[in-house]
Amino acid sequence: MNEAISRRKFICIAAGCAAAVATGCSDLTHTSWFRNNFRDMSPEELSSIIADLEKKHSATFGKTVTVGNEPPLPGVHFAYALDISRCVGCRRCVHGCVEENNQSRDPEIQWIRVLEMDQEKGIDFHHANPYYDPELVPQEGHFYLPVACQQCKNPACVKSCPVGATWREDDGITVIDYDWCLGCRCCLSACPYGARRFNWGEPGLSVEQMNPKTHYLGNRPRMKGVAEKCTFCIQRVRNGQYPKCVEICPTGSRKFGNLLDPESEIRYILKNKRVVVLKNELNTDPQFFYFFG
Amino acid sequence: MTQRRQNPRGVFHFVIPLIILLGMAASPVAVLSASDEHDPPPQRASRAADIPVDSLVFETPPPPFRDPDLFPCSECHNEDQPPNPERRILEEMHEEIVLRHDEEHRWCLDCHDAENRDNLRLANGTLIPFEKSYQLCGQCHGNKYRDWRAGVHGRRSGDWNGDKQYLLCVHCHYSHEPRFQPIAPKPAPLPPGEIK
Amino acid sequence: MTNKQSYLSEAIQGFGKFTVFSVREILSGSRVFWSLVIGLSICIGLGLVAYMKQFDDGLITTALRDQMSWGFYIGNFTFLVGVAAAAVLLVIPAYVYNWKPIKEVVILGEILAISAIIMSMLFVLVDVGRPDRVWHLIPGIGRLNVPSSMLGWDVLVLNGYLLSNLAIVTSLLVNLFLGKEPNKKIFYPLVLLSIPAAIGIHTVTAFLYNGFPARPFWNAAILAPRFLASAFCSGPALLLMLMQLLRRFTDFEIKDSAIWKVAELMAYAMFLNLFLLGAEVFKEYYSATEHLIHMKYMFQGIDGHRAIAPWMWLSVVSSTIAFLLFLIPRTRTHPVTLNIGCILIFIGVYLEKGMGLVISGMTPDTLGEIYEYLPTWNELFVAQGIFAIGSLVFIFLVKVATPIMLEYNSRESAD
Repeated sequence: MNEAISRRKFICIAAGCAAAVATGCSDLTHTSWFRNNFRDMSPEELSSIIADLEKKHSATFGKTVTVGNEPPLPGVHFAYALDISRCVGCRRCVHGCVEENNQSRDPEIQWIRVLEMDQEKGIDFHHANPYYDPELVPQEGHFYLPVACQQCKNPACVKSCPVGATWREDDGITVIDYDWCLGCRCCLSACPYGARRFNWGEPGLSVEQMNPKTHYLGNRPRMKGVAEKCTFCIQRVRNGQYPKCVEICPTGSRKFGNLLDPESEIRYILKNKRVVVLKNELNTDPQFFYFFG
Repeated sequence: MTQRRQNPRGVFHFVIPLIILLGMAASPVAVLSASDEHDPPPQRASRAADIPVDSLVFETPPPPFRDPDLFPCSECHNEDQPPNPERRILEEMHEEIVLRHDEEHRWCLDCHDAENRDNLRLANGTLIPFEKSYQLCGQCHGNKYRDWRAGVHGRRSGDWNGDKQYLLCVHCHYSHEPRFQPIAPKPAPLPPGEIK
Repeated sequence: MTNKQSYLSEAIQGFGKFTVFSVREILSGSRVFWSLVIGLSICIGLGLVAYMKQFDDGLITTALRDQMSWGFYIGNFTFLVGVAAAAVLLVIPAYVYNWKPIKEVVILGEILAISAIIMSMLFVLVDVGRPDRVWHLIPGIGRLNVPSSMLGWDVLVLNGYLLSNLAIVTSLLVNLFLGKEPNKKIFYPLVLLSIPAAIGIHTVTAFLYNGFPARPFWNAAILAPRFLASAFCSGPALLLMLMQLLRRFTDFEIKDSAIWKVAELMAYAMFLNLFLLGAEVFKEYYSATEHLIHMKYMFQGIDGHRAIAPWMWLSVVSSTIAFLLFLIPRTRTHPVTLNIGCILIFIGVYLEKGMGLVISGMTPDTLGEIYEYLPTWNELFVAQGIFAIGSLVFIFLVKVATPIMLEYNSRESAD
């Protein structure tokens, strides 16, 4: 590792000026371009980068932006459960998530996708419709299946990433280092649930829309050309709060908790309800359980 | 020479009444700390708050009365207005309340106590305050009640590893017409072809 | 001076002379040569302009979206890796069986491989969202995720193949230029190594697709054999046409027997290509599981979405006619039918790899949504720019190689 860092320092000196001159791109500052992967950073490098980020975002958005890097809590393995007999397809989770997690409004990015399905067909993706827009929901003869990152225990996206920009943390959340991501979109091809999103253009996020309480691996503002996805609101759950979608759901269909805590509502659901996971034949082992309350 | 040795029989004379007394004192405590599966025998009292039916505490917001000016009900429903126990559709007051909740078998005074309108009544006649209306719902909707207690049915906010706040059943299900009404959905996502 | 020092200084001097010679070659030529160079440079310029727009605005200038995250660029990348791999088709008979007629033209195959690999790597470069971060792929400096990531392996084998081909071509040309034979201890092992390397690059590229259980159209064991079969059709087809052009426009002597031998080997590959396609069609249509929907989209369209079906039928028909033309010896050896066959198979494989594979694999997407993708003008301009770069590289390398090879051949025949 030391060898790698000194090699990088050399390249930094030799190539940094040339690169900056050649492209004239203002993004190629020393701190932004030459940093390590989050997992390889020393505590000093991380805290200096976070300080830079907070300064930069606070200046851009005109409010005090914090970028946390709370580590996983010990003895915690997050899991999620969604009651598909209660979901009415109102999409408050989708929009609450967008606001909480600083998703780009234009081009539009939404981490949660609610699929309207036929009651007669059951869970059948080829007859699902995410673009339903009636006056009232739920519509007769339909049920609703929100899909976002399943936080798999055996994630296909992590396996496919050529630069190791995405990995699974100890508390079960699969995260992305936005400053390391190459934008090759192998992860988008690999995910069976369509959970990964890509910043095709420069994200559009206004000052009013910006949520200033962020996490380095979660909802801090992203940049063009990188992947992103649901992180179970890592900035909230590592501080004891529920994810935004759980709180905002008007029918209480969304449940969340620590799988290792026998008193949690997640364990109650696994014990007393019958859960299904999506596409289980692919062996991704999702930690997102759909049940019938 | 002092008489130090105690009469053994005398000990038992003292102990047995003591045990009986302790037992009598302990029994209400045992009853009170039991779960509400073992309901206490029916009691009538002027103030229902004196009787803890369910020792579990659920922090909830206050009950959402549609017309808060009507509470307390005893302002009208008192000695001056004796209750009319005849099952009927109301015509003079509260006629705007249309019961769509097992209306084939139930009517108002099955849930609202006839003598004590400031309270609700359980099937065995026990009075409960409006703040604990979930106990009334739980009588028939036992599965949902158990799920609600575990936080699995309905909204519950707070911290996943800390304090939690519940809602009453009636916060989402209007007691006289509990079926969840359809709501307007938030906007649909943009199809990919329209993202420029 | 020690032996080693004198050897090194001699080598540097020799390489210097070769470089001067090469630059002179590149900067002089006939009208045909110059019109090609200028035309291609204009194409490259247009491609650069289009790419700058994409670099500024992001990949939103393409028609790619979350529902179809890989498209024209990656399709071209896949096709060109196949072309690069097919150079080995000439190497095997030449060096394994020591068959002289092909040995002379092997260098053309290697040059085509170099051009194709450069193009395929450029297609990946224009496809990534953050080209400024490609250094993250460098092992030791970045964080290359091998053995887990197939794209990680692809980076290693593609660069390895490019470097080994550059080494082979450079070593051969520099030595021949200086009137020497290439160093047998380095040259021959490299050449023989390029056989498994060529198979390796296309297999790893196939595994890149194969390793996605989320995409059932790709997650088939038959994918790697299919890739190789189609590569061995398309690459040599291009090479055959280029060889005939070179025979026409330069003094390069390429025997008919060499061309016919390559065509014969291609016939086997074409049969395998069609057979494996047939095997896939049977599996999908007979089992008729939910996974059929991808092939159905490819050949029939779904719910009125039929954007690529006509192209896919064109591909199958072209490949079949080409196979028949190559099967029958008379049509295989006749220059007109031979070239028609080459063009047809090239079209067939290009449509199937460049369009059919990627687009059908992602339509419908993992949540059942159909988003019809057709590349934007910006994408097309960038792509033609990359093809122009590859063509220019090929032309320059051939321009340098031709006089050296001709002189070597005349020396050989004089001996």
